[in-house]
Amino acid sequence: MRSPFRAIVARTALVAGVLVLFGAALATSGSAAPRTITVSMRHSRFAPEYVIVRRGATVRFVITNLDPIDHEFILGDEAVQRRHETGTDPVHGHVPGEVSVPPGETAETSYTFTRPGVLLIGCHAPRHYAYGMRGRLLIVY
Amino acid sequence: MFRHLRSFGLAMLVLAVGASPALACAGLLGPNGAVTLVRTTTLAAHHNGVEHYITAFSFQGGGGKFGSIIPLPGIPTKVERGGDWTLQRLIRETQPAFAARAQVFPASEAQDKARVILETRIDALDITILEGGGAAVGRWAREHGFLLPPDAPEMLDFYASRSPIFMAARFDADAAKKRGQQIGDGTPIHLTIPIKNPWVPLRILALGKKGSDVVRADVYLLTDIRPAFLPAGRGGLALQYSAPASTELMRDLRSDKSMGWMPVGGMWLTHLAINSAARDLRYDLAVDVSGRGRPSREAAGLEPVRDPFLPELPGSMPAGVPLILMGALLTGAALVAGRRPA
Repeated sequence: MRSPFRAIVARTALVAGVLVLFGAALATSGSAAPRTITVSMRHSRFAPEYVIVRRGATVRFVITNLDPIDHEFILGDEAVQRRHETGTDPVHGHVPGEVSVPPGETAETSYTFTRPGVLLIGCHAPRHYAYGMRGRLLIVY
Repeated sequence: MFRHLRSFGLAMLVLAVGASPALACAGLLGPNGAVTLVRTTTLAAHHNGVEHYITAFSFQGGGGKFGSIIPLPGIPTKVERGGDWTLQRLIRETQPAFAARAQVFPASEAQDKARVILETRIDALDITILEGGGAAVGRWAREHGFLLPPDAPEMLDFYASRSPIFMAARFDADAAKKRGQQIGDGTPIHLTIPIKNPWVPLRILALGKKGSDVVRADVYLLTDIRPAFLPAGRGGLALQYSAPASTELMRDLRSDKSMGWMPVGGMWLTHLAINSAARDLRYDLAVDVSGRGRPSREAAGLEPVRDPFLPELPGSMPAGVPLILMGALLTGAALVAGRRPA
């Protein structure tokens, strides 16, 4: 026979699980409110390397460079990444989704995702992109 | 000090360049990002609990300053110019002319600011002994004109987690030219460090190199007994010579500058050759001269080093993923708890 205690535990866990899944669905799919994503740069890697946002969302990226060397956060498609890989701009910060982050400092940039698809995140300090300092951003409906 | 590594030694972390193409010890990044590939030769001698580490920095011309950063396992009691022929004499001992060469192929605390322990000049080399965490030493290097490649932060943390002592060697090219030094001329450096066991960082030789680049190096060990070392039988690391040091070798080395510490005889000579793709060089050389034959796996880099500085990532991944997992767990728990016992 099923004990009252087990029944209470089961109902409570079921309700909690459903509620948490519901919250997760909201968080994953995004919402109309501006969202902040914290990104760290450490050992010449982005963390997280993969991000999912919702189409139409404006995201504020707060990026902290934990390394003792210069990094940059460049958000864009492959053409943007190629342009920066061969570009000569020493500092970024005026274009949405592009910002330089000196060692030990935190910088911010915002970006509005108008179309679904995949964008790339990259650092184009010499040899950093080839070293693997890149990430992906998936924009979903 | 060397917290997690009971054994000891020196590393050759060569990272830096100022304004001119140059190199020292191992590979250096040039200002255009090109890597200079050089075969390095070092001696890690150990006698009566004291490490004598000898390596040479080669002058490569150009102007301005350039240099290297080398992790050390402890604070040296002496930094001096090394003898002129010690390294060459070792090569001659283990690689006789005409002989075919075999083709075989615990953590310091993070410190905000590096502390300068010692500064000295040897010929055209400005030597600075530093104490600090990886980030602090990296900042010091950057502030002093060193150009750090993208793999330097991880490498500095890796070595600082074992010992927060580093040596920065800046080659003053202008001074070298004034001294009449020619391109390729080496300046041998001899560091004396009290330590229990020799240890030679090898992974650092891959710094700044592409994965397919080949790292070549010769490491000589001169020890009171036949040493045990790790890794053994690893691809890219080959034992080339292992025998009692000859009387002639001991006599010749003792007669070189700063080599008076050597006993008359009774030492063991080991020669290891590294010939490895940079991507495969993921280990250091751990040595045990205690007679127990148990070199440290941690010192060899064969045991993972726990990373105490890994940051919390509040915005990591899609925020919903952890919640999905939590929800699934709770739902699963509810189903299990709700099942009627058989």
